[in-house]
Amino acid sequence: MARMTMIEAIRDALDVAMGADPSVVVFGEDVGYFGGVFRCTAGLQAKYGKTRCFDTPINESGIVGAAIGMAAYGLRPVVEIQFADYVYPAYDQIVSEAARLRYRSAGQFTCPLVVRMPSGGGIFGGQTHSQSPEALFTHVTGLKTVVPSNPRDAKGLLLAAIECPDPVIFFEPKRLYNGPFDGHHDRPVTAWKTHELGEVPEGHYTIPLGRAEVRRQGRAATVLAYGTMVHVALAAAEEAGVDAEVIDLRTLLPLDMETITASVSKTGRCLVLHEATLTSGYGAELAALVQAECFWHLEAPIRRVAGWDTPYPHTHEWSYFPGPARVAEALRQLVEVA
Amino acid sequence: MNRPDPNEFPPLSLAVPEPEVRPGDQPDFSHVAIPRAGTVRRPPVDADPESIRDLAFTIIRVLNRDGQAVGPWAEALDITPEDLLTGLRHMMTLRIYDARMLNAQRQQKTSFYMQHLGEEAISCGFQRALRPGDMNFPTYRQAGLLIAAGYPISSMMNQVFSNAEDPMRGRQLPVCYSSREHGFFTISGNLATQYIQAVGWAMASAISGDRKIAAGWIGDGSTAESDFHAALVFASTYKAPVVLNIVNNQWAISTFQGIARGGAGTFAARGLGFGIPSLRVDGNDYLAVLAAAQWAAERARCNLGPTLIEYVTYRAGAHSTSDDPTAYRPTEESNAWPLGDPILRLKNHLIALGHWSDERHAQAEAEILAEITQMQKRAEAIGTLHHGQHPSPADMFEDVYAEMPPHLLKQRHEAGF
Repeated sequence: MARMTMIEAIRDALDVAMGADPSVVVFGEDVGYFGGVFRCTAGLQAKYGKTRCFDTPINESGIVGAAIGMAAYGLRPVVEIQFADYVYPAYDQIVSEAARLRYRSAGQFTCPLVVRMPSGGGIFGGQTHSQSPEALFTHVTGLKTVVPSNPRDAKGLLLAAIECPDPVIFFEPKRLYNGPFDGHHDRPVTAWKTHELGEVPEGHYTIPLGRAEVRRQGRAATVLAYGTMVHVALAAAEEAGVDAEVIDLRTLLPLDMETITASVSKTGRCLVLHEATLTSGYGAELAALVQAECFWHLEAPIRRVAGWDTPYPHTHEWSYFPGPARVAEALRQLVEVA
Repeated sequence: MNRPDPNEFPPLSLAVPEPEVRPGDQPDFSHVAIPRAGTVRRPPVDADPESIRDLAFTIIRVLNRDGQAVGPWAEALDITPEDLLTGLRHMMTLRIYDARMLNAQRQQKTSFYMQHLGEEAISCGFQRALRPGDMNFPTYRQAGLLIAAGYPISSMMNQVFSNAEDPMRGRQLPVCYSSREHGFFTISGNLATQYIQAVGWAMASAISGDRKIAAGWIGDGSTAESDFHAALVFASTYKAPVVLNIVNNQWAISTFQGIARGGAGTFAARGLGFGIPSLRVDGNDYLAVLAAAQWAAERARCNLGPTLIEYVTYRAGAHSTSDDPTAYRPTEESNAWPLGDPILRLKNHLIALGHWSDERHAQAEAEILAEITQMQKRAEAIGTLHHGQHPSPADMFEDVYAEMPPHLLKQRHEAGF
């Protein structure tokens, strides 16, 4: 085991994958010599050479389009989009191409591609450095979507994503890069080195895509969360004094319905969280599934707490962010329903 | 080269361009061919684009080493000595403002800042070729457009501090200014997306039979974006009255300009394939910038269509306050940049003309600093990122739509507003 930040864990996963498999190539804007604006690829070019880790022109559509060509050829590209907010020019390549190669060619051409991107707010990044667009990808058939909440998962999930025969969208909640963040922005920052999930196994291991993890056992309510909101949920459960079971989904698609169903059937109450805007967010899918699978166990309407339906504001970041106060209040209300 | 035996081609290899030098190396710009000031011809604005392709591969320069304005571009300049003094003042103001805001960011009075160091001539000079009603679609490093258009520095500060007087109500990242009245389109913060919008704005003026023109702005790195190419093809097809500016400051964060330029000799050459007249200009020469801008603006106003201009310059500072350039380029590189300092060059020109002196320059510098410091005190008294007065959080829900739909109103109530 080694102590790592999420940045180091991601870099380690890339290092392990590149070391084991010469077909793994890593590229994106500022990814090569500099090692990425968040340093997730630092040292990889020096170690593996500039034809396996390199800088690209600033063209997200080009980055993903080229990666699709490489993936179809037989390489395993892992590309970085500098911020999730910049992925939209690549959307056509992801939606119309990467996601459908296998289907429309009846398996002749496939696309084992990973698109990594930092997502979420909490760094005063304003509307162009804060978004969480995961629902735009879970809505697309043919893609898998992953959102780790800690260094240990980030490494294992990224390795699983790289080994996956289909395209994977890999969100990295940037506010978690250097430490767990529970939404208390006015408190001192905690580092991963004091957190058990900052202990990362060395070498190769994977965490299968499609397996959730219960982060907190509880009987009063189930909280479904991913990424930064996992830590917010844990803090909120303590602060609300609610014996909540907190499930870290880790993979949004495929989704671990078994873990979700078992928990909600036990608690009878469900709160769905995400940082992304509420309307048509992934929470809507979760709520619909829980309703369908657990209807006869539910003792209260399913609740959602999410980002407000506005662009991510700069100054009012903390009024926007669905922090522990809002989550705790929702939890209290959820368990009070008779 | 001898033709290889077709059955024995060697294995392929991938070309990945690298800058000439990296940290620890000696800066070297000997590969940048710089013609002497005044030596590049100035064609008439209605010249056949095919006949002026060479202008995309040279550098139009006006100010020589002795501070004289020379050559055909100098002779065609429509400018008075008072204009030059004003231009100098704009550049000095921008530099001093930048230094103050950079420092304010270090003091955590704002979350973020981006400076113009070394690039002041481009936005300050270009704006002087525009008229009221024209519209810029700027990037985050063209605040000189606002200063030269007379936008209040205090409003810029309030935006940077996200305080209660921020005209953008705290919604946008610092330096993402907007002023319709001053011909400055709202900066989105995404790259290249607004280049094509400038073309659309110009097409709208033509559709409407107006006399307004537009200017698009982009950096060397962002010319790689698809929207850049979309802008060129639309501008070319519809002969849009637009000036398409490329600020080539050599570095796109850590990525040297060769990655975006690829095999083309220059960024200006990108225009040629679209049949767009394309100029390459000394971006550290206020007079060359203005001369090229006037030429291009005249073409647009005469309904002759778009012009592409590449300004050759150097980003002397970091990309932003989140960037550390010592990690990817030699620290001495900016001193080695052969086109000099734009403020110093215009200052020397004005001194050579007898309109200026070192003493007056130092005095002006002190005056501007005092003015800006005074404004900063007032802005800080209103508020900075973490202190003082800010726009109401209720405002977060405004302007998402013209009329707030019921679901958003419900959310605003839920948020307690």
